[in-house]
Amino acid sequence: MQDQKLWTWHLAAGLVILVLLGLHMAIMHLDAALGIFNPSGGHPIDWANVVARGQTLFFSVTYVLLLGVALFHGLYGLRNILLELAPGPGLKTAISWLLIITGVALFVLGTWAAWKAHQVALGGVLV
Amino acid sequence: MTADSKPKTVLYRVLRFEPEGSSNPRWQEYTIPYTSGLTVLDGLWVIKEGVDPSLVWRSSCRMGICGSCGMFINGLPRLSCNTQISELGSSTVEVAPLPNFDILRDLVPDLGPMFDHHQALSPFILRPDREELEKPTAEYYQSSAEMERYLQFSYCIKCASCIAACPTVATDPVYSGPMPLAQAQRYNTDTRDDGFDIRKLALRGPQGPWRCHFAGECSRVCPKGVDPAKAIQLLRRDLVADYLRLRRPTPPAAVVEKPDDIARRPDIPEAPPATV
Amino acid sequence: MLESRGHPNRLGMRGWLFGGRWGPDRYLYSLHRITGLGLLLYFAMHIILTSSRALGQGAWEESMARVSGPLFVIGEYLVFVAFAFHAINGLRLALAEVGFGVGKPIEPIYPYRTALDEQRPIVVVAMILVALLIVVGGLDFFVWH
Ligand code: SF4
Ligand code: FES
Repeated sequence: MQDQKLWTWHLAAGLVILVLLGLHMAIMHLDAALGIFNPSGGHPIDWANVVARGQTLFFSVTYVLLLGVALFHGLYGLRNILLELAPGPGLKTAISWLLIITGVALFVLGTWAAWKAHQVALGGVLV
Repeated sequence: MTADSKPKTVLYRVLRFEPEGSSNPRWQEYTIPYTSGLTVLDGLWVIKEGVDPSLVWRSSCRMGICGSCGMFINGLPRLSCNTQISELGSSTVEVAPLPNFDILRDLVPDLGPMFDHHQALSPFILRPDREELEKPTAEYYQSSAEMERYLQFSYCIKCASCIAACPTVATDPVYSGPMPLAQAQRYNTDTRDDGFDIRKLALRGPQGPWRCHFAGECSRVCPKGVDPAKAIQLLRRDLVADYLRLRRPTPPAAVVEKPDDIARRPDIPEAPPATV
Repeated sequence: MLESRGHPNRLGMRGWLFGGRWGPDRYLYSLHRITGLGLLLYFAMHIILTSSRALGQGAWEESMARVSGPLFVIGEYLVFVAFAFHAINGLRLALAEVGFGVGKPIEPIYPYRTALDEQRPIVVVAMILVALLIVVGGLDFFVWH
């Protein structure tokens, strides 16, 4: 694939990440300062909060969106760095495929988790 | 210089390499007297004429025009003819050939790969009317505002300082590098040119501007103020816009129509016949 | 091209970091690369670890317990710092790399004014923002909790 396309998407992905990951970071790490989306109080990674976020369609969808977009952005960046080391043509293909497979595997895992967590949260398996 | 002041000296450390001799480049030191106004290139001449005639480098115009004397001087790529020893702020001058190029001998780098990249991006006017281009009948129209869009990039003297400074070129021989990309932008923005789509065939791939990460060193070292980093970002803007179908191509500038209602003044003689 | 018989003199990976006496933008470039790689590594581990929430409260709390403790808090803070830098500097780069904030072509008159000079105030503002984020994040991580 042409770098003209991939790089344009890399840029666009970066902007999406800026918004979504900015939100994610604010929720997780600036909670004491901002106190957003932390419905049951306590720490943002307490199970009750995880469930509360999992129940929301917004979070479930943006998790998957952020997952895909960030994986593309990160792995394309890594590919750029690796290809700048001037690998031979065989190694180059191997790098591309290895990164694609890694990306797809992580995306499948993350999507499965988000979907499952959404179900668990909606099913109210709250303890 | 007053009579009692001691003559100042400069210590030159020069990287030497003989292709037919022992394998590795080595440093050699020379001490020469300092005279006011001495440039790094002048100092090399003093060494060659008075101390060591075997020292080899490239230079020609000694006035920052020809671009042949680029060297790695005290940690930065610069033109040796354009660098005063006094401006280095040190009495030691360390001179090495430009990095990122094979060393042919002493201070002579092999600039071939740079010019291969340069040529691959068609650094000349491309347009459909070949006939007119070969045998011009008049000028192409271009306003001065249009000229200013590329003029800065056309001051490049192909001295290779920017290539020596680029971190991407340090590992990657596929990437075109600052100078060729700046030249691609120079011709892409020329209103007389119609070669965007042809240059794009190379620019959209790994030779293109995509592996520029705006470390900006090319613009910092360029001795002519060409600002290749700016050219590359503007080139990338056009290519991204092209991919997003936001770029509106304009037809190349037309030949200026000859005014036909003007009579020749009788006191102006005919032009002499063409000699070539 | 003729086969060169010269001595190879490409700087190699050394040239990514130290090629000579470089300017601040070279260091931002290196930092952007390092933080990017760090964030990617963390992200991969993060996906795997947080997937445990799909298996219910027990699995989640077990995996969260595995990464608790002061060492992990410091590690997470470093991730936050890397994010703050990569995000703000990345926004600057995203704009600059499509030609916003690098200036128009000008007549090069000595001393030359380059795209780097156009960027300088933007860089300063961006780095102040990064510093602010790092401080607020640090307070949140270590003081307010
Ligand atoms: S852009 Fe500047 S540094 Fe690069 S070759 Fe041209 S004159 Fe030399
Ligand atoms: S000798 Fe011509 S540029 Fe230095």
